[in-house]
Amino acid sequence: MINFQYLRTTTAKSAIALLVKDKNAKFLAGGTNLIDLMKRGVTAPEKLIDINHVPLKQIEQIGNKIHIGALASNSAVADHPLIKEKLPLLSWALQAGASAQLRNVATVGGNMMQRTRCGYFYDIEMPCNKRQPGTGCGAIEGFNRMHAIFGTSEQCIAVHPSDMCVALVALDAEVVLANAKGERKISFKDFHRLAGDTPQLDNNLKVDEMIIRLEIPVNNLAKNYHYLKVRDRASYAFALVSVAAALEISNNKIIDVRLAMGGVAHKPWRLTASENFLKGKEAILSNFEQAAQLAMQDAKGFGGNDFKLKLAPNTIIEALNLAKSKA
Amino acid sequence: MEKRMLKDDNDRVDGILKVTGQAKYFAEYELPGLTYGVLVTSTITKGRITALNTKDAEKAPGVIAVISHLNKPSATAYEQEGGPQMKIFYTDRIFYNGQPIAIVVANTFERATYAASLVKATYAKEEFNTDFEKALKDPKAKKLQGQADYKRGEENAYKNAEVKLEERYFLPIETHNPMELHGIIADWRPNNQLTVYAKTQGVKATQGTIANVFKIPMENIQVNSEFVGGGFGMALRTWPLEIATVMASKHIGKPVKVVITRMKMFTMVGNRPAAIQTIGLGANKDGKLTGITHRAYGETSTYENFTEGVVNMAKFMYQCDNVNTSYAIVPVDLGVPIWMRGPGEATGAFALESAIDEMAHALGMDPLDFRIKNDPETDQQKNKPFSSKNIKEAYKIGAEKIGWNNRKNEPGSLVEGPWQTGYGVSVGVFNANRGKASVKGTLKADGSLLLQSATSDIGPGTGTGMTLIANRLMKIPVNKITFELGDSSLPPAPSQGGSATLSTVGSAVNDVCVALKSAIAELAANSNMDATANFVDVLKKNNLPQIEITKESQGGKEKDNYSMYSFSIHFVQVKVHSLTGVVKVSKIVSVGDSGTIVSPKTARSQMLGGAVGGIGMALTEESIIDHRYGRYINNNFADYHVPVNADVPEIDVNFINKPDPYINPMGAKGMGEIALIGFSAAVANAVFNATGKRIRTLPITPDKILA
Ligand SMILES: Cc1cc2nc3c(=O)[nH]c(=O)nc-3n(C[C@H](O)[C@H](O)[C@H](O)COP(=O)(O)OP(=O)(O)OC[C@H]3O[C@@H](n4cnc5c(N)ncnc54)[C@H](O)[C@@H]3O)c2cc1C
Ligand code: SF4
Repeated sequence: MINFQYLRTTTAKSAIALLVKDKNAKFLAGGTNLIDLMKRGVTAPEKLIDINHVPLKQIEQIGNKIHIGALASNSAVADHPLIKEKLPLLSWALQAGASAQLRNVATVGGNMMQRTRCGYFYDIEMPCNKRQPGTGCGAIEGFNRMHAIFGTSEQCIAVHPSDMCVALVALDAEVVLANAKGERKISFKDFHRLAGDTPQLDNNLKVDEMIIRLEIPVNNLAKNYHYLKVRDRASYAFALVSVAAALEISNNKIIDVRLAMGGVAHKPWRLTASENFLKGKEAILSNFEQAAQLAMQDAKGFGGNDFKLKLAPNTIIEALNLAKSKA
Repeated sequence: MEKRMLKDDNDRVDGILKVTGQAKYFAEYELPGLTYGVLVTSTITKGRITALNTKDAEKAPGVIAVISHLNKPSATAYEQEGGPQMKIFYTDRIFYNGQPIAIVVANTFERATYAASLVKATYAKEEFNTDFEKALKDPKAKKLQGQADYKRGEENAYKNAEVKLEERYFLPIETHNPMELHGIIADWRPNNQLTVYAKTQGVKATQGTIANVFKIPMENIQVNSEFVGGGFGMALRTWPLEIATVMASKHIGKPVKVVITRMKMFTMVGNRPAAIQTIGLGANKDGKLTGITHRAYGETSTYENFTEGVVNMAKFMYQCDNVNTSYAIVPVDLGVPIWMRGPGEATGAFALESAIDEMAHALGMDPLDFRIKNDPETDQQKNKPFSSKNIKEAYKIGAEKIGWNNRKNEPGSLVEGPWQTGYGVSVGVFNANRGKASVKGTLKADGSLLLQSATSDIGPGTGTGMTLIANRLMKIPVNKITFELGDSSLPPAPSQGGSATLSTVGSAVNDVCVALKSAIAELAANSNMDATANFVDVLKKNNLPQIEITKESQGGKEKDNYSMYSFSIHFVQVKVHSLTGVVKVSKIVSVGDSGTIVSPKTARSQMLGGAVGGIGMALTEESIIDHRYGRYINNNFADYHVPVNADVPEIDVNFINKPDPYINPMGAKGMGEIALIGFSAAVANAVFNATGKRIRTLPITPDKILA
């Protein structure tokens, strides 16, 4: 077998120290994505640094922010009373992902870092610019039913597959990252990247950095929200299109609104133009429909995924409808 | 209140073993000195291997051997005419992407896996085509007759009918994907003695294939396959990968185990072939069918032909004087298909039963009324009466239970918010067979009965059904009866396929029981005991520890006099989301008309499994190939969508449960296939009723609803 060294550490500091020592090292969290990629030969780290014992599993409110440690499991977050009460959109998005077994071991950091599910990326016999820059993109002229309609590049049209991240980008989350010298905090919407000319890069985490925690401001969006995931079967399938929608409504007027989409871009896709349009307007269907049309302005299909040009706005409308009518 | 599990006479005899992990499947046998094989596969779709570098693999830690066409041990039949068609390691030719080209054997699975990645093939590539539709359109591409053309009355009579339609239906490749991965353990010992632990639907068939390939006597080969984790048809033949494992064991003189990966389940063990079908229907304005034309094309491989009964149903299912059918197969550069649950008929029924629904709509008739109006009294194809057929009663039961009277004939009538509701119905039918099988019965003075036969159980509960037949005849409690199967040394029985096991082996159980009873009666008479004396007392009185009888059993002339089929009716209610295109099957009522129900629990399970498989066929399952490379794109369980619990509503299973007077002593017809056949059409018909959209290409995914 392809041998690798397995290391275990109990502090973030030592984990980062081990990481920088070796550019072929990788953190091992739940392993639900990394191990699969190793089995398929997509990646072959020489060192696995098991970070599951690093105490970063906290879920707590500090001031007006909710902190979630990078190693909290997807189910721990989804089921936590604080999250269910104050950030139910996040809880719902997590519940819509993967299966109960996977969510039990998958972590917040790992979920952010999971790679695309593009079939060409997984098959080392096929061309893929993300896996092997310069080999071409198998999907653009191939099977691209699952692929992106926004922010695509000539190099890569893959989507980021996460559900959790769609809710996080909608909720204005921030990410705390650390390297050996210290911590930095970035907006969640700046964490993931578009493919551009560097499809091999999914995000802006530097090679010497570790994800430490999320900080999410509490909000008034816990009443009227919905995470609507459209997929090929009712559970345990990645999104064709998903929409995270949350509204703050007063006298049927929209005070605040958050909208983000999954399954449509190389990163979780925040719908800022639609949000701006809806703010201050009445929470009625015709406004939802206009907001949905606004969201689609720069959309482009690649054949197999053309249906998303219709599905995406429809899903936005339905998610807003369901968010509004939530009792 | 305390809830306890109560054992009931109808329970699966091996249920406890299965749910407690005590049932032992082939991969779980730990033989001393066991080694592990991993198959290296081709990465091109067509051409030749010009060089195969195995040096690095051979030098890798733990590797015992690398076997390929360059050094394969002799498999005698391969050098002879008329041997098996797909000859592993026999040639440098590549017929499809993912074809096994070498096997690496090492002392651990991980080492074999790694070493397999080190085997490097160099190829001379040739042009290929894996696209069935493209081949169909290409006038130069081969099309072979798959079944003799059939004609009754006038050909293409539908064209001149008062009301007519002609539509095309497309079914993609489906992959069986039983939960248990395929593989085998082979232990070749000196003097050409071989033991295998297999995943097979027929231990005798596996024994026969291996004997034929290696030209060793059947008696030298012991095949064990007591438990099988699902087959759905894919374990009906001994695949090249199994022969490779036997070769490897022969070569190294040690037991070798191979368990393939989920990915290889898409390329090494067959699939339900893609099919394109055209149905022409004609009817008069009163709703009587005047013409049925069913033309089908099925996909096959270039190295072996595969055919199935796609166009059978059109010939007898409806009363119609003018019927013609044709069926051709079209070779593409893919692995050879194999029967998958409801083989042929499930494919054909999707087209025919969709078209029937379309015709009812064209006539403005309720599709149920249209079916009843055209229900035949006799089999017009064979010109014989049906041995038993209670379809009209089945329609009635199902219609009542699903609430058919809530259905509106005008599509798109039932709307609640974004959800549209629709109802659909369809018929399934499959040959009711009875083959030849032997069973040995041993009646013991301790009050127990042992029954033995080399049949299989891929999951339906063979042992349970056989035990219940004996239990009722012999009045011996279920817990005193043991049924042994999955062992090639037992009296012969056919493979488990075509829904014939209960009929075939069950009849032999029946015959053995009857013979044992008369033997006991004779003993009783000879020892001056009452004719009704208990067999334990009779044996004791005669100082006999046991008596043994083996019976071979098969049907007689009844097949010449009657047309024998099992039938099923599927009713479904669906909800379709008008904005997202999501289809939810919200209610299912299935009615089986398959004679006596011998084993109510396992029969119900068959219907449940059929409905789940039917949801998959209708809504989610499709094996996708990138035809530029000839490689599968979604060859894993995340992307090949079998239905999950959330896709499956409660399934209301009903049986007519009336004995067929002719087929066999139990009056029981098979039901594994009918549980699935037709189901996908019921869903498509319900989707039409909900939305007015007729989807003729499976699976019905959200994009097709939105299109
Ligand atoms: C069959 C299947 C279905 C799925 N369906 C869905 C779905 O519907 N929706 C969905 O959202 N997801 C789905 N997933 C993906 C799942 O959510 C991810 O696999 C999971 O979240 C990854 O988390 P992990 O802890 O197991 O990561 P790992 O596999 O351990 O790691 C993934 C990557 O993250 C890196 N990493 C982990 N933690 C850190 C850290 N703290 N700092 C820096 N780098 C880190 C690792 O080095 C690795 O490169 C599915 C997965 C599978 C296998
Ligand atoms: S879409 Fe991206 S990941 Fe997929 S084949 Fe193209 S480059 Fe690779």
